[in-house]
Formats: sequence, structure tokens, C-alpha cells
Amino acid sequence: MSNPDKTGAAQSGPAAPEAPEAPLSGLVPGEVAEAGSAAPSAFLEVRDLRVHFPTDDGLVKSVDGLSFQLEKGRTLGIVGESGSGKSVTSLGIMGLHTAGQYGRRKARISGEVWLDGKELLTADPDEVRRLGGRYMAMIFQDPLSALHPYYTIGRQIVEAYRVHHDVDKKTARKRAVEMLDRVGIPQPDKRVDSYPHEFSGGMRQRAMIAMSLVNNPELLIADEPTTALDVTVQAQILDLIRDLQKEFGSAVIVITHDLGVVAELADDILVMYGGRCVERGPAEKVFYEPQHPYTWGLLGSMPRIDRDQTERLIPVKGSPPSLINIPDGCAFNPRCPYADVPDGDRTRTVRPELRPVGERHFSACHMAQEERTRIWTEEIAPKL
Amino acid sequence: MRGARTAAGPRTVLAYVIRRLFAVAMMLMVVTLTTFVIFFVLPKWAGSDPAYLFAGKQTDPAAIEGIRQKLGLADPVLVQFWNFVQGLFVGREYANGADVTNCPAPCFGYSFRTEQDVWPQLTEAIPVTLSLAAGACLLWVVGGVAAGVVSALRRGTLWDRTAMTVALAGVSLPIYFTGLLSLAVFSYQLDWISGEYAPLEEDFAQWFQTLVLPWITLAFLYAAMYARLTRATMLEIMGEDYIRTARAKGLTERVVIGRHAMRSTWTPVLTLLGLDLGALLGGAVLTESTYNLPGLGRLAIESISAKDLPVILGVTLFAALFICIANLLVDLLYAVVDPRVRIG
Amino acid sequence: MTPQRSSRTRRIAGAALVVAALTATAACGGGSKDGDGGDGKAAGYNAGVKGIANPSAKKGGTLKFIGKQDFDSTDPQRQYYGFAWDLSRFYARQLVSYAPKPGAAGAELVPDLAKAKGVVSNGGKTYTYELRDDITWEDGSPITAQDIKYGIERLWATDVITGGPGYLRQVLDPKTTYKGPYKDKSAAGLKAIETPDAKTIVFNLASPNGDFEQMLAMPAGSPVKKEKDTAAKYQLKPFSSGPYKFESYTPKKSAVLVRNDKWQKSSDPIRAALPDKVTITVNSNIEAIDELLIKGEYDVDMNATGMSQAGRTKALKQHKDNVDNIETSFIRYVDIATKVKPFDDIECRKAVIYAADYQSMQKVRGGPDAGGDIATNMLPKSIKGSDGYDPYGILAREGKPDIAKAKAALKACGKPDGFSTNISARINNPGEVQTAEALQQSLQAVGIKAEVDTIDGAEAASITGSPAMVKKRGLGLIMTGWGPDFPTGQGFSQPLVDGRFIVPNGNFNVSETNDPKINKFFDDALKETDPAKAGEIYKEMNHAVADLAVQMPFIYEKNFTWRSSRVTNAYSTAAYNGRYDYVSLGVVK
Repeated sequence: MSNPDKTGAAQSGPAAPEAPEAPLSGLVPGEVAEAGSAAPSAFLEVRDLRVHFPTDDGLVKSVDGLSFQLEKGRTLGIVGESGSGKSVTSLGIMGLHTAGQYGRRKARISGEVWLDGKELLTADPDEVRRLGGRYMAMIFQDPLSALHPYYTIGRQIVEAYRVHHDVDKKTARKRAVEMLDRVGIPQPDKRVDSYPHEFSGGMRQRAMIAMSLVNNPELLIADEPTTALDVTVQAQILDLIRDLQKEFGSAVIVITHDLGVVAELADDILVMYGGRCVERGPAEKVFYEPQHPYTWGLLGSMPRIDRDQTERLIPVKGSPPSLINIPDGCAFNPRCPYADVPDGDRTRTVRPELRPVGERHFSACHMAQEERTRIWTEEIAPKL
Repeated sequence: MRGARTAAGPRTVLAYVIRRLFAVAMMLMVVTLTTFVIFFVLPKWAGSDPAYLFAGKQTDPAAIEGIRQKLGLADPVLVQFWNFVQGLFVGREYANGADVTNCPAPCFGYSFRTEQDVWPQLTEAIPVTLSLAAGACLLWVVGGVAAGVVSALRRGTLWDRTAMTVALAGVSLPIYFTGLLSLAVFSYQLDWISGEYAPLEEDFAQWFQTLVLPWITLAFLYAAMYARLTRATMLEIMGEDYIRTARAKGLTERVVIGRHAMRSTWTPVLTLLGLDLGALLGGAVLTESTYNLPGLGRLAIESISAKDLPVILGVTLFAALFICIANLLVDLLYAVVDPRVRIG
Repeated sequence: MTPQRSSRTRRIAGAALVVAALTATAACGGGSKDGDGGDGKAAGYNAGVKGIANPSAKKGGTLKFIGKQDFDSTDPQRQYYGFAWDLSRFYARQLVSYAPKPGAAGAELVPDLAKAKGVVSNGGKTYTYELRDDITWEDGSPITAQDIKYGIERLWATDVITGGPGYLRQVLDPKTTYKGPYKDKSAAGLKAIETPDAKTIVFNLASPNGDFEQMLAMPAGSPVKKEKDTAAKYQLKPFSSGPYKFESYTPKKSAVLVRNDKWQKSSDPIRAALPDKVTITVNSNIEAIDELLIKGEYDVDMNATGMSQAGRTKALKQHKDNVDNIETSFIRYVDIATKVKPFDDIECRKAVIYAADYQSMQKVRGGPDAGGDIATNMLPKSIKGSDGYDPYGILAREGKPDIAKAKAALKACGKPDGFSTNISARINNPGEVQTAEALQQSLQAVGIKAEVDTIDGAEAASITGSPAMVKKRGLGLIMTGWGPDFPTGQGFSQPLVDGRFIVPNGNFNVSETNDPKINKFFDDALKETDPAKAGEIYKEMNHAVADLAVQMPFIYEKNFTWRSSRVTNAYSTAAYNGRYDYVSLGVVK
């Protein structure tokens, strides 16, 4: 088995020395630069990101060799079950992966995160902190717990603004009211003095978005932005994010377990499983020509308006893998209905690498591309 | 203030306070009644005359009769109770023939052991206990919370383990051990501290000198608890989502901890503080005895050993009053600290 | 081993280290600074027991008392605490009082306000005194016979003047026909006392009592000036007839006595009155009291109940010359309830005495020095009539049990295999429960199963002081202690063994001994006005009590008492249960 604890190498491990990772949503076709090389041209580029947490039970490999690129004005959807490492990825980018781990054994992070020409992992943490909120902002899943319960909404927005802008409280407050108005909160000049618990769930998330966008960040990471909300509110929030992105032109990463969320939002989609990327490509490719059995499962379990939610044709059976003991071979093999399709024992012994399966479309599966296309078109697609 | 303003208007708060004060008054009535029942009714059921209890070792029938007369023990309990309550507000007279003692309002009773009204004894003792409690409280809150925060932030380090070990020692060691030890070192050996307690307004230096050891000793005991509570709370808070949000906003760690985390940590600390302070004001019996401070606690223990019932009753009422008020303050404070709590 | 457990162990070990470090700091603080504060030299170990420590006639300075227990009252008619009686001589005089002499000689009565001891007539029923000249109150007015009568009359106002001893009432007006000066406003007042003129006072007793002068010598016999009597509130500022007067008194805190300029030394043969000022400080912490004494901030523990264990260890090690090992007049003993089976049988009572391990009980009480000598009978050594009577050979067997004799006694009582009973002990009386447990253990060896029944000392009057309750709870053995109100056989023994003193509540004759022979000894002794002759009778009485085996004394109590190096004229007196004679004390500066 490979030793992912090793740092430095841009490639995924000794098992697959090649596996060139093509830029995903980038404007630059071709190949990824060697590790440690000069700044890439993409706005955000993540190279071989690994976030490992040492615990008493062993090393938790939450993210284990992830690379992607993202340009301004584009939206990337990172999709996966809980525990697939998608949230940790965002925290790793923000430099927040130690949150909640205070004083315990430190998380180990390696790889490269380039934001607008600046490498963040080796940068001074204080510098990264200053980027936080200003150049990159986050929207969290549960706005009730993510907003401080003892401070008014206004105060929290004002605080976020004033960290990065040297203005007086009055100006900052005006800005807060403006932002609340922008995200569609009625009577913002009054609501600015309300506490989070006095807001409804949807309003809270709007306020959270207002807080995130108050500094016009160039990168917005939305971690399950709608999961805690009612279905009707979900759509509103997604619309809001999309509108705001258009308005501000920022790069957006939407993290979700629900393909439905990113369907309307994302330009590109990255599917994560067991801390790694199993498939990525333009949204329409991933939706209409998916090349990985796990993606099929996700598509199959996607709730759709025209269908009863309980009726899921190709559910992903079993539970996500333990991030301490990721299965040998393809991490998905214990749950994959097609694990025995490739010859011999390959699925259980050799880890599949991302290989191009189309234009800017990659997938990590041992099955031959023809086989996969056949299964998709003949067996899966008709049932969806 | 800010919280109370939005959570409920000032009028609501006032109404709430009045309602609670009324409840406190009712509570005190109940305490008074209960204490009365314990001292006046239960002995009767047990077949003995409360006057004997009041008399202590004195069993001369005439003495008993004198006490009965003077304290009105022959009256029905409800009448006695009424007289007592009346005495609180308008004062009363204890008379046994020519022997008349006038007890002006607020009359908490009359101690025949020392031939003194209870009220002046209480008013003399309260500032002592108040001084003790306030000083110790200041020390332990500052010390305990600071130690707890640092321990939480440096969890698992030598500092954390040392602090928590000292805290464990602090919680486990009784006052009469740490107290005597401190006296042995600082008063008897080093001779830094000597003399008797003097009221603050009379002699500040002496007041401070005699209180400094009790403050530290008492604070050590409580600081230990507060350090542990703060540490635990802080660790929990530091894992909260909103702390992650604060960091994501780009706030410095100092602001994240000093403002966002501390704000939440104060809530349980304040709750505990209110209750501890209330109980402490009822008399820090051991500390006051060890350091020879003439506060409520010592008054209580002395009157208990002398079976000086009127004084016991007075101290009990005061202790109850302090606890009730502390509870009320905690509830009010809670609404100020936590905007989610609504008053009313 | 789980990591959690190991870390907890480590933490506890760490806590222990902290404690050890603190203790070491305390211990290593260096004893060199421990001073005795004064310029004087300590007189030497037991100097105040063997004679007078630091004899001196030097006047001046401040004598500083400290104690845990405050006066029960400063009103002379309301005092009952022994130390309060000792202290009261600073500001209250009586017709007769105790001689300012060390040891047993201190129990001798000498005239005080009176020119001479009482002239006894009428078959021992009339005592006549003539007052000295130049005896004055603190306002300079003369102390009159009427003042003395008035002071004693106050004792009859039992509803107001509570707390004091009732002896004078019993001998002067046993039927309580007088109602006290507050209710009885007649000119005659108490008929038993006559004051033919301001200088003469005559007492007419209902029946003779050889100890009458002992009763007059108590503070209860002090004069009170009628115009200055504030009844119940008198104790807040008593009007002085002695060499000192109250400058201030805050109950439970402190008192300051200053010289009474109107007092004339020539009129007072007893009170040395050396210091210019006497202060009394109450401190709630007994350990602190000892430390402050050793440090030299105070001179004497006025309660004189003995130093705490820590205090006496330190004092004996570092300042032995400041310590006296005083024998109090206190006896620790066990009442054997004759109305509780099987103790109605004398042999069963004897079995307990033979089976008891006196040595172990002595050890529990602190050994021969801090606890006291093993007792063999029920009269303290300072009382006339006391001798070494030891019918059960306790000293011969060095306090160890005599199992053979115990078993023989059990057989004679018809309980060869032993029996069951209860031992009561007061839980708030230091060491009493442990002593009861030591007794319990030694009794077990002969088959006597005794349960220890703990009681609240404050309720003793209604439990062990109630014969009905003693019987109801089956308290066969009652552990207690006793000190005399006045140093005679009557003062010590009569309440304990005279059958006519058995009362339904507040009873001290707990064994319920009612033996006509013993009762008669008291009657005979009371008729005797010569203390030596009375002593002979008490000796017989004491032997008879011992032979009846109704009480099992085990300790003649002793304690360690501190006197500062500044203190002069310190001696233990039998008059006040071995305490120093406070009114004789002086200080070097």
C-alpha cells in the first residue's frame, strides 16, 4: 500500500506514477506543473492536497491526494457522502482544518494550495488569516450554530467587515444593512439588530451569506449551504448564491452530498470518495455521461421532482469507508456492483488512477471506458 | 442591557423583577415559617418545651417561665410568627414584668444570651462576610477563569497538567487545612500578618491585612472549581461552529478567543458564581472560624453551639435572603448575557 | 493499564506533592523567629505548678488574655463558667474569697470585703460579717451591706438573672418565698439577709451548711449597686467593685479592663492588681490561639482548657519553660446506672471496673501528661478528704484489666457469660467517644457487649440527665466528666451521689445512687464548720461510694497550659480548678 503520509510528490503515490492530472475547469489545457514549481495561472489551484488527522485509533486520511483548478466566475461542485473528505478539503484551503482540534495532536497537511498566485500552505498563518473573509469566505451548513448566539447579526457582519476595512462602526453598519438588503432580508435596518435565534432558518442562511460576501471575496466556499433548510427555502438560497456569483464574479466552491444542489449551480463537478477524487469534469458530462459507478449511485439516489423520493433505482449500498482503513485497490470496491467486471483481482489490489475519459473529463475506474459507457447507456440511464 | 432591550422592554423587565422580588419575599416567609416550625413546633411534638431549648443548660423553672414570658412562647405559634414578622417591619417589645427590652425595626429577634438585639449583631457581621466574599470572589474569578482558559488553549501541555493538578489539590484540600497552613507560614513563621479584624472604614490596612490570607485561601478553593469549569466549557466552545466562523472571517486568534469564545464561557461561570456567592454570603463558616473573622458564618456557628435560637433564626433568614437574591441576579444576568433567554 | 487511569494516578500523586511542598514550606519556615515577645525569661517547666512562676510585685503593663470561649456572662450573678469566675475577681469582690496562694492552699477562704470571716452562731445557721473601711465602687461611693444584699437578692429574679448557680437560694430560701428585687419592691426584701447598718450583714440559713462561705465566695455573692442595676442588660457593663473596671466589652469579641482608680489597695488583701490594663480577646480558632500565645502576642489562654495537640507539641519542644502541666479538679468517669439491668447487681458493676483497661482509656485521653493520672476514686486530690483509696487495686495492676476478678464478679452476679449494655458518650466532647470505644473493647474480653450510644452534649441534660430516658435507652454506662463548683466534698460529690438530688430533668446523680449511709455523710459534713473535720467525713463518704461501685473514675485530668515569658506571679490554684489565679498575674512591661 502506498504511504500517503509522505509529503511533496504531486503524484498520488507509487502505485500509479503517471496519472497526469489535467486542469479541470481551467482555461489552460495541458498538464499540471511539477510540485514546488512556480505559481500556476489558475485563480485557485489545489495540488495533491492531503489532510491527515492523527488519532488514538490511527491516522485519519480525510483528504488523500486531491488536485483541481478553479477560475474566477466559475463554480465547482464537490460532491460526496459525508466522510468523503469534501468538507475537510474546504477547511484545508481556508486554513481552518485545525478548528475543533484545539491543543490536540495537530492535523498534518501537505500539498499545495495556490490562490491568486500565492501558496497558502507554506505561507505565514497570519497572512492566510488575513486572506480569510477578505479574499476567501465560507458559508457553513448550519447557520444557527455557525453564527454566534450572543451577538446580533449586525454586529457579526460589522465585525467581519471591520477586520478587513479600516472604517468606523457607523459605516460598517451601513454596509451590513446594505448586505442584508442585498440578500433579501426584509426591513434590514431593523433586522440588523436581531439575534440569530430571532431569524428563521432561511433568513439566517441569508444573513450568513451576507456576512460572507460583505468583503466581496474572490473565492466563496459554501459547505452544504442548504442542507439544514426547508426544501422551498433551499431553492431560494441556491438562486441567491447564483445571482451573487454573477454579480460579484467570484469563484465558488459548493460542497454538497446532493447532486441536485450542484445541478443548477456548478460549471464543473468533482466527485469525492474516501478522501480522493473518483470523477471530475464539466457538469453536463458528469450528469449525462458519468464514468464512475459511484457517480451512478449518486445520480440514482438523487431526489427528483418528477419521481417519488423513496423510489431510488440504483442506491449506493453499504456505508462509506473508514478513513483509517481505506480498502485496498479501488476504495469503492466493497460497495461496487461491478467490482468483478475487470479482469482478475485488480479492483481489490490496484488503486485506479484518474484517467481522461473525455474532454476535461476524468474518472478513476478499472473498467474499460467502453464497458462503462455500455453499462451507463444500457443499464443505468434508462432507469433514471 | 442590549440583550434585555431587545429580548423584552424595560417595562417587562421591571415587572419581572417585581414579580421575582415578590417571590423572594414569599420564599423568605416560607423559610421563616419553616424555621419557626423547626424551633417552636417540632420540639412540642417531641414532648419538650421550646423554652427549654432557649434556656440551654438552665433548667430552673422560673428561668424557663421568664424566657417564656419575655419571648412570648406561651402564645400560639401563629401569633408568635405574626409578632416576629411584625417586629421585622415595625419593631417590637419583649417584656417580662419590669424587664422590658425594646427591639426597634427591623427586629430580627432578641438574643437573651448576650442581651442584645439580633439585628445589630447581623449588621456587624454582614460587612465582614461581604468583604471576605467580595475579595475572594474577585481573586478566584480572575485567577480561576484565566487558568482555565490557558489550560484549555494549551490542552495536554505541561502548563495544563500542572494547573489542573493544582486545581485538583485546591478542590480536594479543606479550608481548615489550607487555612491553617497559610496561617502557619505567613502569620506565625514569617510574621507578615497579625492582629484582629478591623472594619474597612476604621482601618484599611488592618482590614486588608487580616483579609488577605482568607481571600487567597478561599479563592484557591473556588478558583480550582472555576478553572476546571472554565477549561471544560472553553474546550467545548472552541469546537463550536461559530468559532470556526469567527476564524473564517479572518479574526485574529486573540479576538476569536478573547471575544467570541470568552463571551460564551462566561455564561456558566456567571451562573455558578451567583449561586456560590449567594451561599458564601450566608457565611463562610470554616474560613471565618479559621481566620477568626467575626462574620455571619462565625455568628452562625457560635449561636448554634450556644443554642442561641433568635440569632440562628436571624442568620438563617439572611442566608436565605442572600441565596434568593443571588438566584434572582443570576436569572437577570442570564438574560443580559444570553439574548436567547427571555425575561418574563 | 489504561492511559486514563495512569494519568489520574499521576495527577493524584501530583496533588500529594503540592501538599507535601506546602507542608514542607510551613515546617521549614524556621522556628527562630518564634519569640515569646517579652523581655522576661520563662520561669521553667511546671514553675507555675510547683510554686509561683516569676514572682514579682512590679506594676504596669497590659495583661493580655485570649480564648475561644467568651464569658458566659460578665454579670457576677449570672456567671457559671469556671474561667469567668476566675476573671471576675478583676472587677467584682465578695465578702470572702480565695487566698492568693498556689495549689491547694489557694482553696482556703479569706476575708475580702469583710473584715474577718463570718461569725457563726445559732447552731451554724447564722453568719455575721462586718465590712471593711475604704471599700468603694468605681464611682467612689462606698460599698454597703445593702449593696451586697441587693446583689444576692438578684439571684431570686430567676426569670431575668439566669445562668448563675443556685446554691445561695437553696440555703437561704429553699422554698423560694422571695420573688426577687424586680417583683418584690418591699423594703425588707429577702428576709434571710439582714443589714442592721451599712457595715454589717447577717445571713440566716434555713439549715446549717458548712460550705456556706464557699457559696458566698462565688461571684454570685458579689454586691450590686441598686441604682446601677440594669437587670438583664447589666452584663453589658457591670459596675466594678474591684481593682479594674470595664472600659469596653463586645460580646464574643473582646473586652478591655482598665484600672479602677477608686479602688484602694489598702482595703483589699487579696488582689495584687499589677497590670495597668487587662485585655480579653476571643478567637474562634484554637490552633491560632496556641500559635499566638507561643508567638508572644498574648499571655494566657483564659479558658485554660489545655493546649491543642499541635500547640502543646510545639510548645513542649521549643518553649518547655513556658508550659505548666496542671492538674485540674476534673475527673473523667463512667456512671454505672443502678436502675438499668444488670447493674442493679453490685457484682455486675464490679465486673465492669475489673474488666476495664484504664491504661488504654488513659492513652486515648492523651496519656499521663496531656490526659491525666489514672483515677482510683471519686475525689480530686485538691479536695479535703481525698486520699489514695483504691479498693479495686487499679494502680496495683497498673491500670490493666483483671480478667480473673472480672469473671468471678460476673459469676457472682449470675452472668458468667457476660451481658449486653450501652455506653453513652457525648459526641461533641473531644475524645469521649474514643474513650468509650476503648472501654467497649476491654469489656468485650469478658463477654460484656457494650454498644456505644453517642449523644449531643447540649442535650445531655435531657438524656443522661433524665432517669426515665436513661432507663428507656438502656444506658448502663454513662461516660462523662465533672469538676466541682467549689472545692469541697459537698461541692464535688453531693450532686453526683446524694440520693435526694435525683431529679427528673437535669439530673447529675446519673447512677441514681440513693444510699441512706451516704446521704447521712453529707448531712453530717454540712453541719461541720471546720473544713478539716468535714474533710474527714467526706473521706468516709468517698470510700463508701467507691465500695458501692456506682461510678468508675478513670482519669484525674491534667492539661498543658501556656504562660508567656512576660507573665509574673503565675501559679495554679485549686480554687479555680487548677487555673492560674488571674487576679495575681502581672507582666514585666
